[in-house]
Amino acid sequence: MTESGRELIELSQAMQPAGADPAALLHARFAGLAVSHNRILRSRGAEGLRIEGEETPTGAKARITVEPGVQPPGPIHLCFGVLPKEGVQEILSEFDIGDGAKVSFLAHCSFPNAERVRHLMQARIRVGKGAQMEYAETHYHGPQGGVEVLPVAHITVEEGGLYRSAFKLVEGAAGVVRLDYTAELAEDAVCELDAKVYGKAHDSIVVKETILLNGANSRGLAKTRIVASERCASEVIGEVVGNAPFARGHVDCVEILTGPEARASAVPKLQVNDQQAKLTHEAAIGSVDKKQIETLTARGLSEAEAVDVVVRGMLR
Amino acid sequence: MLQLHGIHLSSGGKTILHGVNLQVREAEIHSVLGANGTGKSTLAAVIMGLGGYRPTAGRIFFRGEDVTDLPVWERARRGITLAWQEPARFEGLTVAEYLDLARRHSGNGDLSPAECLRKVGLLPERYLRRAVDSTLSGGERRRVELASVLAMQPRLAILDEPDSGIDPLAIENIVDVIRTLSRNGAAVLLITHHEHVAAVADRASSLCGGTILKTGDPAAIARFYRNHCLECLHVNEPKVEEVVSD
Repeated sequence: MTESGRELIELSQAMQPAGADPAALLHARFAGLAVSHNRILRSRGAEGLRIEGEETPTGAKARITVEPGVQPPGPIHLCFGVLPKEGVQEILSEFDIGDGAKVSFLAHCSFPNAERVRHLMQARIRVGKGAQMEYAETHYHGPQGGVEVLPVAHITVEEGGLYRSAFKLVEGAAGVVRLDYTAELAEDAVCELDAKVYGKAHDSIVVKETILLNGANSRGLAKTRIVASERCASEVIGEVVGNAPFARGHVDCVEILTGPEARASAVPKLQVNDQQAKLTHEAAIGSVDKKQIETLTARGLSEAEAVDVVVRGMLR
Repeated sequence: MLQLHGIHLSSGGKTILHGVNLQVREAEIHSVLGANGTGKSTLAAVIMGLGGYRPTAGRIFFRGEDVTDLPVWERARRGITLAWQEPARFEGLTVAEYLDLARRHSGNGDLSPAECLRKVGLLPERYLRRAVDSTLSGGERRRVELASVLAMQPRLAILDEPDSGIDPLAIENIVDVIRTLSRNGAAVLLITHHEHVAAVADRASSLCGGTILKTGDPAAIARFYRNHCLECLHVNEPKVEEVVSD
């Protein structure tokens, strides 16, 4: 077996705690991209789907193109990781989803041994007219909390297009997370940004989601769920701007503190520049809802078990 | 099975329960009637041991044991449970998981989540995978709550207005659930304004101003409630001597 073959097996196994199926990552049939540190271990497209990768000194560049009208079967597997204790991985990616195409991505990022790892992701995403793109990204950072994750994405959704993302980091220690997504929506476009993070120890989490509703009837949802335990600090900035008639936007943020030294803040920002646009927000920060705990303890769960059920459910 | 001796509860300088004495027998369906604000839901919270509802005087005995100082979950593990009028909602928790939690932690339940849903008139294939969140209507959520009480197979089920917001067609399911609980050996303390539901009780008590005024035959208590309580102007300040002598 080649060195890169061995590394691919090792990387795919490291993705298991992030919820990935190693067999799916290794199977030649599945389209996808796997990058370990700055080595591209696998890159495979499909009919109407091009994945072009290029190694750089600190990571990789990737350009993923889905031809108009194409609907690749099954999800495209993306896999990024740094297996040593230290390292920097910088991924520069471009996604171009052609008009009317429909595609879903399953991304797994794993840094199981990290003590000092930086993972930077810069993505530019275009979802064409009437196209649909779903992007689910799950992270595993190991127990040490020695990871800095800095994902920045700029998303453009054209007329009638749909973009839906789900970022999830609930296993292991989060470390430092600075998530910064901005989406611009044209007429009738839809965008849902969903982030779930479980912060522990000294983790520091900032989630910033911005949706610009530039087209008439465009709709956007920025949803965040964070649990901050021990001495974790979290901050959520959810911003929606209504620039067009009948645009509808909503910011939905829940942050739960489960430790006396944990800290959380939420900054919802709504701006309406068209009198026919309508934006709403809801934010709840604090301990687990008392009634939820009482309901579960009245079924025989201890308080600690009840908190765990509420938190795990919310981060699912 | 359940005995309340002289339960007092004051909060914010206001007396809510004023020397409540109540006895609920084994496998008995016992309804509590009273106008809004008379302390019915507070009584339920005190028996369950919810935060902020610790009696300022009096004792609660359950199956001979003084449970007054026990936390909620310890009471639940002894077989006491409560179905709320406005139950909490849980993001990401499916109905199947919610019902299974109740079954597993009580240690008694042998009804499957699907069976419990059928008993409350909900189709398992439509509801088991749904989340116990705001996508359920108020009526659906209350029925899921009753199903979870069934799943637990408690010794004492306190049902706080289980018929509230339930469509008339489903009321019969609620009555069936109450009867099923009783048939399985559970006592039911039933708080309701719905006469058809209250009629299922073996005994009833009338609560006014934080005091039990009368206990006895449900039909007689319902009559007493209609004749005195519905027009009573003394909510929370009962002129007990006027009505008890009736």
